[in-house]
Amino acid sequence: MGLEDLQHNFLTGRLEDLVKWARRMSVWPVTFGLACCAIEMMAVGAADFDLSRFGMEVFRASPRQADLMIVAGRVSQKMAPVLRQVYDQMMEPKWVISMGVCASTGGMFNNYAIVQGVDQIIPVDVYAPGCPPSPETLMHAILTLHEKIRTGAITRRRDEGGAGREELAGWVPERPDAVRLGTPR
Amino acid sequence: MTVEPGEGLLFPHRDEYHDVVRSHREQGFEMCSDLCAVDYLAHGGRRLPDGVTPERFEVVAELLSVEHRRRVRLRVQVPESDPEVDSLWDLYPGVEAMEREAFDMFGIRFAGHPDLTRILMPDDWEGHPLRKDYGVGRVPVQFKEAPGPR
Amino acid sequence: MREHDVEQELVAETYEGDQEIVPRDRTSPDELRREVGAVLRLPENYGLEGAEVDIERTGDDTMIINMGPQHPSTHGVLRLMMELDGETVLRTKPIIGYLHTGMEKTGEELTYQQGATNVTRMDYLSPLNNELVFALAVEKLLGVELPPRAVWIRMLLSELQRVSSHLMWLATNGMDVGSTTMMIFGFREREMLLAFFEKTTGLRMNHNFIRPGGTAADLPDGWEDDVTLICDTVERRLDTYDELLTGQPIFRERMEGVGAITADEALALSVTGPILRSTGVPWDLRRTMPYLAYDELDFDVIVGTYGDNFDRYAIRLNEIRESIYMIRQILERMPQGDYRVQDKKVTPPPRARIDESMEALIHHFKLFTEGFKVPEGEVYVAVESPRGELGCYLVSDGSAKPYRLHIRGPSFVNLQALPVMLRGGLVADAVATISSVDPVMGEVDR
Repeated sequence: MGLEDLQHNFLTGRLEDLVKWARRMSVWPVTFGLACCAIEMMAVGAADFDLSRFGMEVFRASPRQADLMIVAGRVSQKMAPVLRQVYDQMMEPKWVISMGVCASTGGMFNNYAIVQGVDQIIPVDVYAPGCPPSPETLMHAILTLHEKIRTGAITRRRDEGGAGREELAGWVPERPDAVRLGTPR
Repeated sequence: MTVEPGEGLLFPHRDEYHDVVRSHREQGFEMCSDLCAVDYLAHGGRRLPDGVTPERFEVVAELLSVEHRRRVRLRVQVPESDPEVDSLWDLYPGVEAMEREAFDMFGIRFAGHPDLTRILMPDDWEGHPLRKDYGVGRVPVQFKEAPGPR
Repeated sequence: MREHDVEQELVAETYEGDQEIVPRDRTSPDELRREVGAVLRLPENYGLEGAEVDIERTGDDTMIINMGPQHPSTHGVLRLMMELDGETVLRTKPIIGYLHTGMEKTGEELTYQQGATNVTRMDYLSPLNNELVFALAVEKLLGVELPPRAVWIRMLLSELQRVSSHLMWLATNGMDVGSTTMMIFGFREREMLLAFFEKTTGLRMNHNFIRPGGTAADLPDGWEDDVTLICDTVERRLDTYDELLTGQPIFRERMEGVGAITADEALALSVTGPILRSTGVPWDLRRTMPYLAYDELDFDVIVGTYGDNFDRYAIRLNEIRESIYMIRQILERMPQGDYRVQDKKVTPPPRARIDESMEALIHHFKLFTEGFKVPEGEVYVAVESPRGELGCYLVSDGSAKPYRLHIRGPSFVNLQALPVMLRGGLVADAVATISSVDPVMGEVDR
């Protein structure tokens, strides 16, 4: 049965689903590789663990053109205001993956020089553990993010919490929802 | 100035430090490999040759001779009350960053350095982190027996 | 002055005060002499005149731009402030510290056994070299003699790490110059090496494998086949890269003559590694001050002539070849024996013995909770990392933790050569030159 036998030539669906599909299939990261995790992030973009199959191989240098910030590496006290500035320059909708333990919680460096968790500065959507997370772990984190975008959990929570707007004083990090992992349906 | 047995370890006094390094440079030590500082505040007791009075800080310079394949290490005692030492920048321009780091981390001033500013910490940071009386800055973690902030 | 105030408002949070470059009208003539390298105080017979300093250019002719800590070049969080006259770079000031982790302070809180985990994250492109220099320093203070197999395993891993680091450099340098193909090729080869490291040490990066006393474990069965495969594949593919880059006119135009530095300047700035060798000085610590068993291996020290970017590229490419030649020799000559020293006070006992012997259990407990004590003293040890002379100055006070751990990072010192290399060049060459210096910000900022 070929296309010429189709009686109806239109499909219905929700616009929101189309928008979410477009958003998660072409998330463009901004280059924010800081330390060792950056090497693993580059390895994810390279041949063996190809990030291009998710449409993400273009790492945009300019934050204005990017959707996703993968904070890959330890954030020092001097880098923290820069991090916030780059995050502020990104356009909504934007997501943050905190890659590695140093970005998530300060990692093994519990001292004066490292910000103990990048979620003290910017809201984080997915945390990827590891020191450094192997490329498979990072891809798992990215797929989790895709799943969250697909189900809309993020935009719903943002509307409730008011994140992404300027009044972030007193912002409290929330517990992320448990997400069913696996192949997106 | 006293020489310890074992090649290449010297303990010049603060006043003659610059001249000793200059004479080494003229003898063929073309490169200064490393220059760092040590804070001996919490040290039990270090071995020093006779005639060298121990002070709180030590500036350690490591010189390298490419021609003769030799290294020599100079340790200068720097008192806490007047933490200033001559800069080696006019002899070895490569120590610029290393001396800035010693200033940033320990607060030792180098007289004659062209640009003695902080290098690793933000510009408005207070304190010198690698001193022994500066805490690590641990944040308490939610484990039962974790040590508190220091 | 008004422009400066507006600028300050906008960048108030990231303004770094005295660490930034100062506009021309507020700069001393001494500082302006940096533009012509007169600041290097070269010997008098080099003949730099004061007239070479251009005092007629005022602040309005030049522009200060900021290549911020986040930028497209893949070399980490290095911030460069450049003063430009049109497209020509005059003064440059690198501002570092954006990755400062307090590793030297953390090193004083960890025992010697744990120290390798901390030190390994400094130069994250060749982490085993960091662990090696730390372990060598501790062993020198301890006064232990390593069994030959431990020494040769360390050499094998160190050379494999050099290959992987230079492949990574080829990849990122290719990317910075514009060749994305080189990036994919470099990472593809590197994956083979990382798979071998994962098989041997358990991790792809930041291995914590070379510890004071030897290595953490022996090489896995079948390692000879893996290493032979790696050597053959990389050697064959190096010829492809040679063809892709060396003969290509665009690459040559972009790299030849750019970022040149002379031998005198390099020595005065304490620059080591491929940069120093590219100026013609044949200084390689593996040959001139051998450590481990490098004096028993046969290899050449690759030296360049002009000190420009192309020479550094050629040196690194050929160093991969030399390293592979060395790895083949190590393959043939690897001795049998222990992979770590058998001193009970330093090395933990094998896990099986803990069930049998009380003494082994006690040793294991004390080693992993308190750590072994190192006699009082101080030592400086240096190895040749892919970036230059990687040194460790260790002061011990007789306890189980280092009193002062200072790592001389080669990139930290090599970055001082950047203003000299960028001077007089074009802005577009800045990225290529930074890339050829191969800085790793982890060891710059520690």
